[in-house]
Amino acid sequence: MSVTVYVPRDSAALAAGAERVARRIAEEAGARGIKLRLVRNGSRGLFWLEPLVEVRTAAGRVAYGPVTPEDVPGLFDAGFHLGGAHPLALGLTEEIPYLKKQERLVFARMGITDPLSVEDYEAHEGYAGLRRALTMAPAQVVQEVFDSGLRGRGGAAFPAGIKWKTVAGAQAAQKYIVCNADEGDSGTFSDRMTMEGDPLVLIEGMTIAAIATGATRGYIYVRSEYPHAIAALEAAIRHAEDAGFLGDNVQGSGHAFRLEVRKGAGSYVCGEETALLESIEGKRGIVRAKPPLPALQGLFGQPTLINNVITFASVPIILARGAVFYRDYGVGRSRGTLPMQLAGNIRFGGLVEKAFGVTLRELLYDFGGGTATGRPVKAVQFGGPLGAYMPESQFDLPVDYEAFAAVGATVGHGGLVVHDDTVDLSKMARYAMEFCAIESCGKCTPCRIGSTRGVEVIDRIRADHNRVQQVALLRDLCNTMVNGSLCAMGGMTPFPVLSALNHFPQDFGVSAPDKKAA
Amino acid sequence: MALATPQQRTDAPPAHPAGAAAMAAVVQDVLARRAADDGALLPILHELQDRLGHVPAQAVPDIAQALNLSRAEVHGVVTYYHHFRDKPAGRHVVQICRAEACQSMGADALMAHAELRLGCAHHGTTADGEFTLEPVFCLGLCASAPAMTIDDEVHARVTPRRFDALVEEVRSAE
Repeated sequence: MSVTVYVPRDSAALAAGAERVARRIAEEAGARGIKLRLVRNGSRGLFWLEPLVEVRTAAGRVAYGPVTPEDVPGLFDAGFHLGGAHPLALGLTEEIPYLKKQERLVFARMGITDPLSVEDYEAHEGYAGLRRALTMAPAQVVQEVFDSGLRGRGGAAFPAGIKWKTVAGAQAAQKYIVCNADEGDSGTFSDRMTMEGDPLVLIEGMTIAAIATGATRGYIYVRSEYPHAIAALEAAIRHAEDAGFLGDNVQGSGHAFRLEVRKGAGSYVCGEETALLESIEGKRGIVRAKPPLPALQGLFGQPTLINNVITFASVPIILARGAVFYRDYGVGRSRGTLPMQLAGNIRFGGLVEKAFGVTLRELLYDFGGGTATGRPVKAVQFGGPLGAYMPESQFDLPVDYEAFAAVGATVGHGGLVVHDDTVDLSKMARYAMEFCAIESCGKCTPCRIGSTRGVEVIDRIRADHNRVQQVALLRDLCNTMVNGSLCAMGGMTPFPVLSALNHFPQDFGVSAPDKKAA
Repeated sequence: MALATPQQRTDAPPAHPAGAAAMAAVVQDVLARRAADDGALLPILHELQDRLGHVPAQAVPDIAQALNLSRAEVHGVVTYYHHFRDKPAGRHVVQICRAEACQSMGADALMAHAELRLGCAHHGTTADGEFTLEPVFCLGLCASAPAMTIDDEVHARVTPRRFDALVEEVRSAE
């Protein structure tokens, strides 16, 4: 009887030694004369258990982890390839509470399928969305996305349907679909997991977008720090072409769509959509002034639909199951689910896809289990380097774009970074300014100069040189950056800085919060 | 690399061991295949760096001519992006993540340890040309911090001791 064993190929699993584990399993099986099919799946997103090895049994998939190469002979001795008992056994994968409590819509296939197999993808509801879209008029497809309430998952949370409608309505000989896969925010990895672990869902989402808007060419702009994602996407694109899902005549529909991966070059600001378009055009990644909107004059001056990886990856299930199905998840104007990323100093770090409305506390403690160091949580930075530092008093907030905005925080791309009580928030505020100074594209003065001045001012506050005046100066500087910057780089760097100052004044040597001026 | 020190090596001799002629051949090969593509400049620079280990300043005029750009425009792009280097790196490139998630798990201490252990500052190369040490801002391994790479290999939850073992492994593999 043939045995199927799964060892993830996700880079977080590779970083924990999955490659050696996979090799050892193959060698050991060979030596023992066991016929074994080794599938390199994506990661389930339970990173403290990686490398998480799974075995297919009659009852379902059984998990073992974290597995080291040295564990492999013992696992075979215990008959793990038949689901045998072993100290590393975790039972049925689907029953692991961390996974079971989730609502995986976008990540439905993650860790389950072979990421590069179109056949496997289709066997798990893959391409059902595209097939349905092909039976509809393009305007109906746009309407479906609009009705789902899907908002841009890159951070700006702009209603996807409006963007799609604008591009669909633009008249031009050539339109483009561009995927922003420049996931540079610390604490975020859902784009990377999608590209490595289920790249076809992104390809399908972009193909649906192309058909809905009349675009025939697409680019996925991936950061150079993600070589495994680039390799997986390129392979998946080839396989989709071979299966007739990309090319001059998608599934015999008469629609043409060609897709290409473009590699970034280590510039954070290229995650800003107009800088990204400049970069694809072969220029310095400098932010453009808007208008014109990219939807009307984007890549090479043509109408361009640009969305984040998770936005596109949410589209196939919306089309497959209908807008109402998706819209029924969530709260307020935050509809559907968000794949959230638990990162930093957290015991059970990983990917948690839940409907909007889950509280920060549930994420931190019910899923995350508190800090990895075992010390109290002091602050959580939600939404990447441009997100606010949130104190304990805000942990009962539901994850909801509007609820976060009301307290000056941001959901961003759904990543949260936990810090324990050893963190110095004045140091983190300084880092936010330093990062902005390193990564600013330089086009607008508040960002280019303000960030450098910001580092200097915070240094003086930390050194207690005219502290009170310098704090006032820092607030004034942040005000200029928020209101005067061209894009979110300079415009949102004050979020972590001011939230750190307002919620943790003691770290700046300021006694009482002098009102939340900002 | 907007804020980094400007490089001034426009007329430096070729550092590539294969020599100027071989380098020029690579440049011509890349340009012949890619120059006609839309937005060809970044893919061209990537392929040059992948094959030559850096983007030689001598290639800039040829690239500019092939793409109908000014040399200043090409130079501007090469120097804008952190990824491109104008001289070869050490034999191995070590990248240590400096972003917030890794900081929360001791990335600053890891970087300090690496500098001490390798004997070079970040952005520097060891005297024997063996290692180049670079900061990187996020490898997407934020739930397994601190993270780093050595050449193409990613490593998670790196302690100073693990760092030493990884460096030793690379050294002894030669």
